Amino acid sequence: MLKRKLVLEDGTIFIGKGFGSDKEISGEVVFNTGMTGYQEIISDPSYCGQIVTLTYPLIGNYGINRDDFETVAPFINGLIVKEYSEYPSNFRSDESIDSFLKAHDIPGLSGIDTRKLTKVIRKAGTMRGYIADTEIPEEVLLKRLANTPVPHNQVKQISTTKPYIVPGRGHRIVLVDFGMKHGILRELTKRNCHVTVVPYNYPADSILRLKPDGIMLTNGPGDPVNVPEAIEMIQKVVPTIPIFGICLGHQLLALACGAQTEKMKFGHRGGNHPVKDLENGKTFLTSQNHGFAVNRASLENTDLVLTQIALNDNSVEGIKHRIYPAFSVQYHPESSPGPEDSNYLFDEFLSLIDNHVAKGEEEVYA
Amino acid sequence: MPKNTDIQKILVIGSGPIIIGQAAEFDYSGTQACQALREEGYTVILANSNPATIMTDQTVADKVYMEPLTVEFLTKIIRKEQPDALLPTLGGQTGLNLAVSLDKTGILDQYNVKLLGTSLEAIEKAEDREKFRELMGVLGEPVPESRIVNTVEDAVDFVKKIGFPLIVRPAYTLGGTGGGMCYDEGDLREITRNGLALSPVNQCLIERNIAGFKEIEYEVMRDKNDQAIVVCNMENFDPVGIHTGDSIVVAPSQTLSDREYQLLRNASLKIIRALEIEGGCNVQLALDPNSFNYYVIEVNPRVSRSSALASKATGYPIAKMAAKIAVGLTLDEIINPITGTTFALFEPALDYVVTKIPRFPFDKFVTGDRKLGTQMKATGEIMSIGRNFEESLLKGIRSMDIGTEELDLPGLTFATDEDLKYRLKKADDERIFVIAEAFRRGITLEEIFSLTKIDPFFLKKMEDLVLFEDVICSNPYSKEVLQEAKEKGFSDNHIARLWELSVDELYQFRMKENINTVYKMVDTCAAEFDSQTPYFYSTYEEENESIPSGNRKVLVLGSGPIRIGQGVEFDYATVHSVLAIKEMGYEAIIMNNNPETVSTDFSISDKLYFEPLTLEDVMNVINLEKPEGVIVQFGGQTAINLAEGLSRRGVTILGTDLEAIDAAEDRDKFEVLLDKLQLLRPQGKAVKHMDHAIEVAESIGYPVLVRPSYVIGGSRMEIVYNRDELQAYLTKTGHITDRHPILIDKYITGIEVEVDAISDGETIIVPGIMEHIERSGVHSGDSIAVYPPQRLSETVKEKCFEATVRIARALQVKGLVNIQFIICDEDVYVLEVNPRASRTIPFLSKITGVTMANLATRCILGENLKDLGFSSGILPESNLVSVKIPVFSFEKLRSVDTILGPEMKSTGEAIGYDKTMEKALYKGLLAAGISVPSEGAVLITVSDKDKLEMLEVATRFHQLGFQLYATAGTSSFLRGANIPVTEVGKVGAKDPNVLSIIEQGKVQFVVNTITSGKQPRSDGFMIRRVSVERGIPCLTNLDTANAILNVIDSTTFSANPIQTKEAVLL
Repeated sequence: MLKRKLVLEDGTIFIGKGFGSDKEISGEVVFNTGMTGYQEIISDPSYCGQIVTLTYPLIGNYGINRDDFETVAPFINGLIVKEYSEYPSNFRSDESIDSFLKAHDIPGLSGIDTRKLTKVIRKAGTMRGYIADTEIPEEVLLKRLANTPVPHNQVKQISTTKPYIVPGRGHRIVLVDFGMKHGILRELTKRNCHVTVVPYNYPADSILRLKPDGIMLTNGPGDPVNVPEAIEMIQKVVPTIPIFGICLGHQLLALACGAQTEKMKFGHRGGNHPVKDLENGKTFLTSQNHGFAVNRASLENTDLVLTQIALNDNSVEGIKHRIYPAFSVQYHPESSPGPEDSNYLFDEFLSLIDNHVAKGEEEVYA
Repeated sequence: MPKNTDIQKILVIGSGPIIIGQAAEFDYSGTQACQALREEGYTVILANSNPATIMTDQTVADKVYMEPLTVEFLTKIIRKEQPDALLPTLGGQTGLNLAVSLDKTGILDQYNVKLLGTSLEAIEKAEDREKFRELMGVLGEPVPESRIVNTVEDAVDFVKKIGFPLIVRPAYTLGGTGGGMCYDEGDLREITRNGLALSPVNQCLIERNIAGFKEIEYEVMRDKNDQAIVVCNMENFDPVGIHTGDSIVVAPSQTLSDREYQLLRNASLKIIRALEIEGGCNVQLALDPNSFNYYVIEVNPRVSRSSALASKATGYPIAKMAAKIAVGLTLDEIINPITGTTFALFEPALDYVVTKIPRFPFDKFVTGDRKLGTQMKATGEIMSIGRNFEESLLKGIRSMDIGTEELDLPGLTFATDEDLKYRLKKADDERIFVIAEAFRRGITLEEIFSLTKIDPFFLKKMEDLVLFEDVICSNPYSKEVLQEAKEKGFSDNHIARLWELSVDELYQFRMKENINTVYKMVDTCAAEFDSQTPYFYSTYEEENESIPSGNRKVLVLGSGPIRIGQGVEFDYATVHSVLAIKEMGYEAIIMNNNPETVSTDFSISDKLYFEPLTLEDVMNVINLEKPEGVIVQFGGQTAINLAEGLSRRGVTILGTDLEAIDAAEDRDKFEVLLDKLQLLRPQGKAVKHMDHAIEVAESIGYPVLVRPSYVIGGSRMEIVYNRDELQAYLTKTGHITDRHPILIDKYITGIEVEVDAISDGETIIVPGIMEHIERSGVHSGDSIAVYPPQRLSETVKEKCFEATVRIARALQVKGLVNIQFIICDEDVYVLEVNPRASRTIPFLSKITGVTMANLATRCILGENLKDLGFSSGILPESNLVSVKIPVFSFEKLRSVDTILGPEMKSTGEAIGYDKTMEKALYKGLLAAGISVPSEGAVLITVSDKDKLEMLEVATRFHQLGFQLYATAGTSSFLRGANIPVTEVGKVGAKDPNVLSIIEQGKVQFVVNTITSGKQPRSDGFMIRRVSVERGIPCLTNLDTANAILNVIDSTTFSANPIQTKEAVLL
């Protein structure tokens, strides 16, 4: 395979071998520490526009199967691994990761010291990088990298353009798609919900007209401040409809309620992040993928209550509204990939809806 | 949640002597736990009968009781110490079983001793098959169809319903002792009968065979706040059907998708929560390779071999955390000691591949049944770390120290394809090499898969490695190929062989091309957080993370995997050396590859390199660290064997000179030395050519002791009585070369004595002299050693000391020296000199109170004993008598002859100490698992040369009221001496015969010395095997028998008539 290289903004170079597509690509370089779940990771829309480095060195061992996608087509810009498997082995495997990436025209880079790369990112913070053939001089690549605009419209790029329905007989949920992982939809349909998936910029009154029992704000890529339409929408629906936000959805809920968000040094990406629930004192493991977080201090003068924190850096992992039935988490209770410890949150959301309905009835008949 | 302050004093139970299935891993976990508890301010009382461990060091616990691990003795300890709590989950199965037994006697309630970690209900739910199945039923977790049986007929009945193949698993036994796979009714009947006999509750589980499923393990932890995590998951290279202790295991799992991973993770967490374990737990699962179906196979509600492995594989110290949890701390408040900044409540992320390979004892037990199944046979294991599977595997192969650095064994070239295929189907200890050979022969991956059911992922990697050998071969001096080969883990030796170079030439070429290792840190978090852990492994990549300090430093080489002849004793010495180096202000660096041991705990040394112990790997570390020198004295033969090569490459060997080591090990030089020092030795010669052997033997005169030079634990050593036996020995032994001659010595019958001394070259301290109960001819590691000696005159002791001083001065020993003597008619013959730490160092250190390895290290680093306040001499003898009793694992090793001889067979040791020799022996025997009944019957069958001596033994048994059984020859001999005896038939004769009376439990002892050559199925062999399998002490040495008789004599009252005296009339 062709020798290719990765050039980072700070000039660090890694030379390895290409796989997947052989096109040139730039993107923000991030790392994920999960030891399983590469298929879910590369198909997670939250990585839209990013070059994902997997710290576990052997990738592709169990191939790519038809079941474990988090979206129809992946949105990552590139994939960096220590070694990919050309001979996957698993009863569900349909193809190798190499052929999958080729089919989706996504370049991969293998055979580099991924641990060194991880440490570079950890120390310097997230950087942009450029993957190209080794012959092209570094200065040229750095120039090309500098000339590539930083994207601000990832959500728009990947959100559904039209609403659609996944019918069910249970709770009626409007799912606002900022780059939804299929896992969230799966958790709702598993619970027999009637789900209407709407675009990221679907207006509040259109949502209200659907008479939802609850609204879910999904995960998605990039900086939440780039989605002002959604913030506006949330502000309108918060008082009336129970809301559950995940990841970007969580950040948007925070912004809508007056808190701030900030970019993290290198983010949280992996399946082993401990989160402490401040209400019951218990800590559990979560699957995470975020480069932005809600600023903890900014919660002070809002109606938001801090409910959960990351055990290791005390960053905001969960909030709820003091008055209205709304809560959100920074991590992924739908997991896929990662630990399923927080899966119960979907049940809690449905109970929240039920309680809200009951409370509403009480008020009517009181 | 804060720690429990209601308790102050905690009793910790260790796991006792090392046996197959329960080895050094419990020294590691026990030591960690004791340290963790003391860190939290508790007083720790430790009970463990294993003197060879770090755990039983005075420094580890506040009080150490090296007493037998029985209810009787633990009760005494509880009465005396009145602890507030008992922690039984760190002493393996032994600890758990004792906790259950102690509870039944009511002593825990009586003294209000709280059980920490795991409740008795949980232990029972996990260990009792029926309760376990019930619990799994409640949880909705699938278990294979099975039935609990208490009789063989029940088992046969069940089979009629579900059919073969099946697995038999006896309840409450170690390492699956007595279990096995059955393919027909014959197997089933035999294995079930055996299993029922071995199970303390006479219970076996007969289970649907799920062989071929993937075997996956999860190491889970939970605290009292119901917070639970997975520390590590591991995938067995071998599918279900081979005991996980005998499987190659990789971490993390390689062939599981996230869905499979989470499915099994959820099941494991559900189980630990249901059992309400506060601490660590191991869950073994079987996963169908073709669906999401899985079964829970087994749960160990305690730390285990797997948790030790998981700790070393991830860096996460499970036992330490388990101990803290047991006293009430919770995972979210304990700091992760690796990062120092994050918390223990998280799941380690690995960015490397770990391989564990078991080490088997079949180099010693060549006639043993080498097939692998549900009963564990490995004595130890190695672990290796690489950035890819190939590197991890090949580093593992060369860590094994079995004479190959390649996926190849010399003998396999001669095997036919049919042999290979048979061995692929019926796995044995050489399976990994058999697979490689099959690929070399062009047997397809598909066929190998269908025979082995090993996941094609692993097989493909192996095929690639075999194919890459050709690439190396056809590209000599290619830098690119060399780089790639090194990345795949090929050793310099291997590449040198393929390129037809000497290893030094290849090394030079590699240095010239600047292809060097880098070292990566094991940090639990895949570099996500900054870590300061000094725990490294090598790989061929870009960034080196191990930055050498500018300090003065010393490298200590460990002893590698635990095997017969090189056990945990060497780890004990290694650890003490490391601690001494640190005390002296140097930086202590250690290299070792054994995941079970204390020395590979990253908190022991200043820097730990988890690496193979080969010249190449050691040189790589030396090139980076540039230590002042290397200490090889404490790592057994493994480390000593590296001295020559290291010295050739200009490395300073600290301590005793290489020449001195050679003078002690090279027969000719040794003879010259002893002659010069005017010391006696059994007449003998080193023979470099086969033809000379008989000539030499006859000039010395039979019997002679023959053995190869440079061996561990008397490997392939035999006493031969005539020319035929010698001829047979030579044929079996094979090559004799200049480098590795064969040694032939006169066999002298006498008392064997062992001395360990500390020397700085001038001052020589002998902390104690040990005497062996068994006469010369039994390997020192298999003999009962007694301190202080009971049968030696002061003159003899003085002579031993004098000889020790002369030898140590002549060799300029700096450090430790072990000398074995034979005493015959007050003459002292020097048998062997080992200028290094021996296996008696921990025993002797503990009973004399001299930390020998510490002092030795000071001598090695140039301190002088006189300045430390010592002068030459033997230390005053203690007023307690201590015995070291060997412990064997024969019940695990089918077809292995139990007779004691010059070749070492024991896997561990137990200690007994008390005011008298008999009391000490009684306790020692008990600690070693040998019950000493004071009445009953004894079967005596001895060879002709022993008949006369046997008479004394028989007479004493008779006088103590034992009934005697014997076969025709022995009984007529006894009757001739007027000793009543019941004659029984030979093997195969009609009932009652020698075997049936053992099987029916009619005898409490068997005395058997019939060797009849080395035929594997002789009568003597059968008698010994049947005794082992029925758990009846079989004494193969008359000295041992006499010692036991002394014990019985001192603990019982015999019936004696009044002595009739003739009246004297005045």
